Amino acid sequence: MAQVAIAAPKRLTAADLAGSARRRRKERAIRIAFLSAAGFSILVSALIVVSLLGKAVQFLTLVHPAQLLAGGWFPRQGDFGISTLLAGTLIVSAIAMLVATPLGLGAAIYLSEYARPRARRTLKPILETLAGVPSVVMGFFALNVISPRLIQALFGRATSIFSLAAAGIGVGILVTPLVASVAEDAMFAVPRTLREAAYGLGAKKRVTSLRVVFPAAISGIVAALILGVSRAIGETMVVAIAAGATGGALFTLNPLHYGQTMTTAMSSLAIGSDAVGGNSAAAAFPSLFFVGLVLFALTLLLNAAANRFVRRVRRRY
Amino acid sequence: MARRSDLGSGVVAIPGTTATHVVRAALRGKRFRVGDYVVQILLLMTLMIALGVLVVLLGNVAIRGVPVLEQRGTNFLTTTNSTLPFLAGVKQGIIGSLELLVIVLIFAIPLGVGAAVYLEEYAKDTRLNRLLVTNVRNLAGVPSIVYGILGLIIFVEFLKPLTGGLTVISGGLTLAVVVLPIVIITSSEALRAVPNSIREAGFGVGATRWEVIRSHVLPSAAPGIFTGAILTLARAIGETAPLLLVGALLGFFAPGNVGFWGQLRGPYTSLPTLIFSWSTQPNPDFRNLTAAAIIVLMAVLLTVNAAAIVLRNRYERKW
Repeated sequence: MAQVAIAAPKRLTAADLAGSARRRRKERAIRIAFLSAAGFSILVSALIVVSLLGKAVQFLTLVHPAQLLAGGWFPRQGDFGISTLLAGTLIVSAIAMLVATPLGLGAAIYLSEYARPRARRTLKPILETLAGVPSVVMGFFALNVISPRLIQALFGRATSIFSLAAAGIGVGILVTPLVASVAEDAMFAVPRTLREAAYGLGAKKRVTSLRVVFPAAISGIVAALILGVSRAIGETMVVAIAAGATGGALFTLNPLHYGQTMTTAMSSLAIGSDAVGGNSAAAAFPSLFFVGLVLFALTLLLNAAANRFVRRVRRRY
Repeated sequence: MARRSDLGSGVVAIPGTTATHVVRAALRGKRFRVGDYVVQILLLMTLMIALGVLVVLLGNVAIRGVPVLEQRGTNFLTTTNSTLPFLAGVKQGIIGSLELLVIVLIFAIPLGVGAAVYLEEYAKDTRLNRLLVTNVRNLAGVPSIVYGILGLIIFVEFLKPLTGGLTVISGGLTLAVVVLPIVIITSSEALRAVPNSIREAGFGVGATRWEVIRSHVLPSAAPGIFTGAILTLARAIGETAPLLLVGALLGFFAPGNVGFWGQLRGPYTSLPTLIFSWSTQPNPDFRNLTAAAIIVLMAVLLTVNAAAIVLRNRYERKW
């Protein structure tokens, strides 16, 4: 080693620092491999759109516009009243948000502002466990507990065991941890100085948390609610189990009635005996893709809006 | 002197005391403030309702399902499905779920971690890279049933020569695509938590970017990546909706005992699909059977989640 150091000094150039050509080639190949892994996600998005579009367009050419305005959604009979599905989706997600907004935001404020660090460390994982309950399990719970013990207890035994309301409450419970987690992140990110300033002015704890921290985190809280709505709209299994109506549904605005949402219209088309690739009404199978496209567009819009709000919080603090 | 002080609700000046007393008392703040406690209790109640639902859910499932498990014992785990509730078991569901998980593991984890490495280690703040990030976030919000349509058109129909159509391979690939954005997001977070000084130390001794990633960044981020991977698998275990579109069978599928390899190229089901199928049976005996199957599913999920939490607590490094 010592001999090398003594050997005639050589002027270093940029080429010497770049390393061997082989090493650089390998480096490039690896970079391209990682880039293609990341690029695969773009491919997935493109494939979703391609898969949906072809048959959705086919559906629109097959049906008469009057069929889309029918008073119910019975694809095998050629009734494609999309308003039935939109109303069902609206009812389920509205009920879900009526449950998830107070529960999720209350839990978020408590965890971020009131809970001691130790309580927070135990309560948060439990809340995350609730988020991990599979939707089929929540569907079973909605049908066998929420429906008889809550809906029928409140509105009488005569109400159907399958109802949009029971499904909506189940979806709301599933969405609560998501709302709580995103809102809590936003409130936790509010700088301490704001809280200290409020206390310095003599504000009480509840004034500080509800009228200083909450408004300061409002972008993140709005994002949490939008994400909750988007998740509620996309939830399938809870509604498929608890809202009944596997064959189709009549238009209804009554939450105590059985019904279908966009997602369950898709799942019941898929599980029917003659469904996928079947030989029923010609437009029934393509209608799956049309509903999927509407659902995809709707959730994409909501998620884009939520991301915009989340970014606003991040920029500010 | 005012009789009532407006320093705060509940603060009442006692006649005869001076204003300084009142101020001192208010600053010392040892009084019972009703309003604050009411708010705190209300907030705690919302949290407790959410957690209480979890308790009621688990309790209800246990009350219905435990007797079935006691009566049937391991027989419930080793018999196949049947139209007769006292004969039906979850064997096919367990095998199907395992096969799906292996496929998800093979495809989603390497792809997801690779994408995260690119986004965190290579990507500069260019338009293309911002598009990639936004795209991943949007994919995470796409309803899972929409991925079922992608699976149906791409894996079942377009790639039929490779996947064999409505097989467990198509199902596994579809689930892999469903969880891919979650793998990317959790791995990105793990990579982001590795401080720059670790990377700079590697570059300082002349390592290339890949050498730094392989020898420094990935080992440091490994616990976080593993935790994310485990949580991803937990998500994949419970996913049902997309599988309905790519052939996971419902109801009472014919093949009795086709085994692990036979199922790879034939009809398949998964544990949550079986639960869905049983929960829609009109026969009330199936309700308790469903609860028993839910216990099996929840036991697997809670074990997996606990493993993730232990892993996180044990290996999580604070920089």
